[in-house]
This record gives sequence, C-alpha cells and structure tokens, in this order.
Amino acid sequence: MTLEITTARPESALLDLPWSTPLEEWPESHLAALPRGISRHVVRFVKLGPRVLAVKEIKDDIADREYAMLRSLRRLDVPCVEPFGVVHGRTTADGEPLDACLITRHLQFSLPYRALYSQNLRPDTAVRLMDALAVLLVRLHLEGFWWGDVSLSNTLFRRDAGAFAAYLVDAETGELHSRLSDGQREHDLDIARVNIAGELMDLAAGGFLEEHADPFEVSASIIERYHTLWHALTGTERFEAGDRWRVDERIRRLNELGFDVDELSITTDIGGTEIVITPKVVDAGHHSRRLLRLTGLDVGENQARRLLNDLDAYAAATDRQGDDEEIVAHDWLAKIYEPVTRAVPRELTGRLEPAEIFHEVLEHRWYMSERAGHDTPIEDALRDYVQTVLPAKPEEKAVLGVDTEEMPVISRFD
Amino acid sequence: MATVTFDNATRQYPGNPVPSVDKLNIEIADGEFLVLVGPSGCGKSTSLRMLAGLEEVNGGRILIGDRDVTNLSPKDRDVAMVFQNYALYPHMTVADNMGFALKIAGVDKAEIRKRVEEAAKILDLTPYLDRKPKALSGGQRQRVAMGRAIVRSPQVFLMDEPLSNLDAKLRVQTRTQIASLQRRLGVTTVYVTHDQVEAMTMGDRVAVLKDGILQQCDSPRRMYDHPANVFVAGFIGSPAMNLMNVAVTDGGVDLHGHTVPISREDLSGVGKDVTLGVRPEDLELSSDQSGIPVTVDVVEELGADAYIYGSTEQKLLEATGENAGAVPFIARVDGRRPPEKGEKIYLKPKAGHVHVFNSESGLRVGD
Ligand SMILES: Nc1ncnc2c1ncn2[C@@H]1O[C@H](COP(=O)(O)OP(=O)(O)OP(=O)(O)O)[C@@H](O)[C@H]1O
Ligand SMILES: [Mg+2]
Repeated sequence: MTLEITTARPESALLDLPWSTPLEEWPESHLAALPRGISRHVVRFVKLGPRVLAVKEIKDDIADREYAMLRSLRRLDVPCVEPFGVVHGRTTADGEPLDACLITRHLQFSLPYRALYSQNLRPDTAVRLMDALAVLLVRLHLEGFWWGDVSLSNTLFRRDAGAFAAYLVDAETGELHSRLSDGQREHDLDIARVNIAGELMDLAAGGFLEEHADPFEVSASIIERYHTLWHALTGTERFEAGDRWRVDERIRRLNELGFDVDELSITTDIGGTEIVITPKVVDAGHHSRRLLRLTGLDVGENQARRLLNDLDAYAAATDRQGDDEEIVAHDWLAKIYEPVTRAVPRELTGRLEPAEIFHEVLEHRWYMSERAGHDTPIEDALRDYVQTVLPAKPEEKAVLGVDTEEMPVISRFD
Repeated sequence: MATVTFDNATRQYPGNPVPSVDKLNIEIADGEFLVLVGPSGCGKSTSLRMLAGLEEVNGGRILIGDRDVTNLSPKDRDVAMVFQNYALYPHMTVADNMGFALKIAGVDKAEIRKRVEEAAKILDLTPYLDRKPKALSGGQRQRVAMGRAIVRSPQVFLMDEPLSNLDAKLRVQTRTQIASLQRRLGVTTVYVTHDQVEAMTMGDRVAVLKDGILQQCDSPRRMYDHPANVFVAGFIGSPAMNLMNVAVTDGGVDLHGHTVPISREDLSGVGKDVTLGVRPEDLELSSDQSGIPVTVDVVEELGADAYIYGSTEQKLLEATGENAGAVPFIARVDGRRPPEKGEKIYLKPKAGHVHVFNSESGLRVGD
C-alpha cells in the first residue's frame, strides 16, 4: 500500500514523520511532551517545524469522518481544534497495515482539565469550567451538532480573562443535523453529566480535586447552566404592545451574554395588544467580533469584553467619547495595549497569552490601587506584575510534565 | 425487563418528501435480541433512536412494556445505549468504574455494590473489582465498560453498530461475547448493524429495512429459508442468492430442459415470467446438459467445498446490500472434484430449494 496524505496545508515535512512505526513507538525526538486528557486511542504531540501537531491513531473511516466533521465545525465557526490532515495507507517495514492517523493542530495555550487540576487553582475552577462547557455545548447545539461524548477529556480550556473558554477536541461521535430535537439535546446533557461526574470522581480519587468540590453537584450544575443560557438565547417572550423597549432590552441582554442577534421574529396578536419575540439566529462572539473589527485583535470573548471596557475607559479619560471609534481604538492599541504586551520579557511570553497578560495587569493595577488607596498608573502596575507575578506562573503555551495516559478499551485486545 | 412495541411508528424529517421510517410495526418479546439490519439510509438507526427518544416520532407510538414512551425524554425511558465510547478512569477501582453512574442516579451504596458484584460475576471480573483499570488487559477493560451499562439494569439495551471500529477478527470475537452476554442477562436488546452476517449470527429475530419500510421480521432460519421478497432474498446470505428472471411455462419454469415445478395455484397470480432464486448451496451439477448453463470464471477452493463464480446467458438480477454490483452466478460444489476454469457446466436447483417471486411486485410466491 502507498502512503496517502490528505491535508489542506501541504507540507513536505509531513513526509519525514515515521509513519511506518506504530504511533506508540515514535521516537522522543519527534515528540513534544504536552499533557493530554484520557483517551482510548493513542495520541501524541509531534513537532513539525514551528508548530506542534496532535496525531491520533484511529481506524481509517473514522479518521476521515472526524476530519470532515472538524472541517464542518470550523466552517460553522464553533470553537474546536483545527484539522490538519489524515494519513492513510500506513504499513510497517514488514508490510503489516497500520491504522490511519488524524492530525490536528495543537491548540496553543490550551489546558486539558487534568493539567488545570495539577496546578494551584482558584477554589471555583470546577464551576468555571462548567460555565465554559455549557457555553460550548449551547453553541454546538444551536448549530445542530450532537456531540455524543461530551466530557472534560474531550474539551480543551483556554484562559479567558479570569474565566475559561472551551474548545471541542474530539468529534468522533458527533453528528451534524439541521436541527436538534429536545431529546437529542437532553441526551447530550445526560452524557455530559455522567462523564463529568466520572472525571471529577477520578480526580478526587487521585487527590487532585479541591476538598469541597462535590463531583455530583458540580456535574449536575452543567445542566442548569446550559438550560439558563439556552432559554436566554432561544426563549419566547411576550409583553404588552406599549412595552416596546423590551425588544431592545432583550437584544442588550443577549449582547451582554456575548451573542449577537442576527434574526429576531416579532409578531403581534390579532388585536395588536401583545408582542411576541423569539430570537431565531444568534451568533456568539459579540465582543470578540467588535474588538476584532476595531483593533484587529483576535482574542477570547471575555478578554474582548475586558479590553473593550478598557478602551471605553481610555476614551473617557482622554475625553474622546464623541470621536470616531476606530481612531480612538487605534490610539488605544498603540499607546496602551501594545506597550503593555510588548513589555513582557521574551522568556516569559510563553506563560500566558498576551490578552490574558493584559487582563492580569489590569487586575493587578486594581489590587495595587486598592492597597495604596489611590490610582496606580498602568506602567507601574506592569513593572510590578512582570517582576513579581508573571515569573511565578507556569508555562502554558505548551504545558509540560503532566502525567497522562491512554486507556485503550476497545482498540486493543488481549 | 420488558417488551418493546413499534406501533405504526413514523419519522419524517422536515423538508423530506418521504418518511425515513414509515409505519414501522414490530413487537419485540421480553428478553429477545432483535437486530435491525439494512443498507445505509434504510432507517435502522433512526428506528433505534426513536426508541431511545433521540428522534421525534411524527406518527404512531412506541411502547416499552405497557408504557407509551412516545413522548418521554430519553432518561425517563429506562433504556441504555451500550458502548457509547465509555472511558475508564485511571484512579478509580474497577468497581467504581462500573458503579459510579448509579450514584448519580441516587441508588444507595449497598444496592450499587450488589449490582456491581452481579455484573462482575457475569463478566468474569470478580477478582479484579478492587484493582485499577491499568492492571487489566484490553479485553478486561472492555468488559468493565460493558459492566457500566449492565449495572444500570435497564429494561432495554440499545446498540448502534457497536463493533464498527473494530477490525474483522475482533469483531467476530466481540460479537459472540455480546450475544452470549445478552442471553445470560436476558434483557431485551435492540441492535443495529449494516452487516447481515452479524445480524444473522446474533439475533433471535432479524428485521430487514429498506427505504424506511420494514421488509421482513423473522428468525434468521426463517428469513434465510423463506425470504419475503426479492430484496430480502438478495440481501440475506453470503454469498448471495442467485436471482434470475425466467419465463413461466405450463406447470412451472423451464431451465434449458429442466423443469422446476410450481403449483398452478401459485402461478395464477403472476405474469409471463417470475423471478427465480436459488442459493449457491442449493445447486447441483446436472449430468444431462439440462439446467442453467454456466461458464466457470473463478473456482474458489475451500477444502470440503468449492465455490464457482461464472457467467450465464440466464438474465440475472442485480444484487443489493453488501453483495451489490456486478453479479456472477455462484454455486457451491464438491470440493474434491470441482469443475475447471473455463469449463461449461449445467446446474439444477435441488428439489424444493427454489424461491419464486412475482417479477413485478417482488413478493414471494407460495411458501
Ligand atoms: N489539537 C489538539 N490540541 C491539544 N490537545 C489535543 C489535540 N488533539 C488531542 N488533544 C489531547 O489528546 C487527548 C485525546 O484526544 P481525543 O479525545 O481525540 O482521543 P480519543 O482516543 O478519541 O478519546 P476518546 O477516548 O474520548 O474517544 C485530548 O483529551 C486532548 O487532551
Ligand atoms: Mg476523547
């Protein structure tokens, strides 16, 4: 058989990888020791030029399916890992056939939940992870994607201005429909709850879970969070015809949650005394899109919210609220954001994403101001942060040294 | 445990002109292993999901026992989808891996322990209950994953192509394991596969679907011996049944001087010709140049038997399912003296081993 590589980014270095060796036996020299979640298949991180790729050894047809599914999800603009390619036709030197490999790009600054739990965490981490996962699940469901294997292992987390943003990493069981039934959504939630409870119990058994975090309570909370968000995004509202402000109010609320309303159905009853509104198409990324448009910065939703607040504060402080927004944003970028993020010494840039550093510097300034009893200039906060806080943080661009393992259940037999 | 009833159950997707599952009627007995099988897009998975509560039912009803579950949410139906990518947790014991989901459901500790021990006994995992999954072999781990479904002791197990990510050898092994496990547990099970061999070896009964319509639901034996129509005849069995259109003569059909008798009564409802079906193993070499003339293209020797693949001037019907594509004429012959490649032979159906179908409706004629 001949090796067959399907990829959207042809790169000759791909051919240099040891495809005729089972993934489990790839030499260290090709690998990047990054943490992974629990998985049944063998997954390895591989260095390829400047980037790191995740390679998963998996049956041929499933590899194709997952590759296509990830591409569809990217097209729908939901947060998930970026598919890179599929390798078929692998054989060992003796001609024994090997399974295909699905290649995705390693998501930079992403944290598998097990890596998160091996660090010193704020006490409510588990809850904040549930929030992020609920948002991801709602977004997937809005697009008609039934996941089938919702779990912490199949999700990656990125810091997002004190919160987390969740990304889908394993689409193997997923199905894309034009619309999901309530039963399908419930089923995903049920799977999520059981899997998350299992994963948290496992952390507890390993001594990693915060004392007071109850796996059952935490895992059950995803359901409530999901329903609250789903209802806010899709629920129908009725009010008296005189209360038109409530239409704007609804849109404002959705914006606050980070969603834009692309289509809203407004109907009145026959007498015209009652108005009924239902959002039909909502689109995540309200703040991040706005920030991208104004500054070209592509960051997480909460980071964008934070940066936009700072931009507003800058406009107010420089008395330019009436000026053209884009021009003010340009100045803010050049005078505030870039000087802060560029001031980070090179050797510390792998600790956190620039936007997250900016967020932390703002937080730090707040603490310093409070302690001092007066405003602290951002330059001072930055200096202190870079000297005292940042060096103590772990490297997160590519987190090292966390023990993770495969648990082959079906793919290998005795 | 419970019976399952599909009562005219129908699923039509918005925007689709035809239902994906059209008025499905099946009654599944308590403890029965029913396999839904058919080519892709036939509606088998949709049917299973309607039962699971994952697809809306647009018409008809679904009952589990006497309970109408048509509008219940999946978790209120007391069914368990088995093998949905169960993960094993490295820090937890085998017992906890099997039982933790019951804790979520609020089952008390003693009851969980009892169910876990029972499941472990059935799965031969008793000695490992207090170990960590790492200490187990791949096969044992797989059984732990099965245990997770078993301890829930649902009324019905649902399995949708659970073996699809295994290679051929493992598939056969696991197939046997699942079937024998199901028999020991005695829990009503609905199993979906596209593989008719899997269906025929595992099911107490097999339901064949095509284009959303149930073609036949019978025991594997009955299905094999009495396919209800041409589709089932061509779909079930490997190698596939030979199907050919032949002209009707007085008292039967004529195969080059060999008459296959068909009763007058059976012939009364058919047109000028019928579709005749003969399984490869139901043919014998004719000594007098009567029967179906076949030129041998390939001889496949399998020890006691040999299969010959040949061509014939007889008009053959296109096969369906996994057998789809160009259709050679296939016959099983004595492996000790098989004909040679290129040889012209004559084959006669063994008496009583022909299947006759109405060539227009495709329905079986007679018994
Ligand atoms: N592109 C990526 N970037 C970062 N991490 C990744 C990436 N791809 C995979 N991983 C890591 O590898 C782990 C295993 O990957 P994945 O879930 O796809 O494997 P799997 O064997 O299919 O899992 P499962 O057992 O759930 O089927 C993930 O939990 C994640 O931590
Ligand atoms: Mg996974």
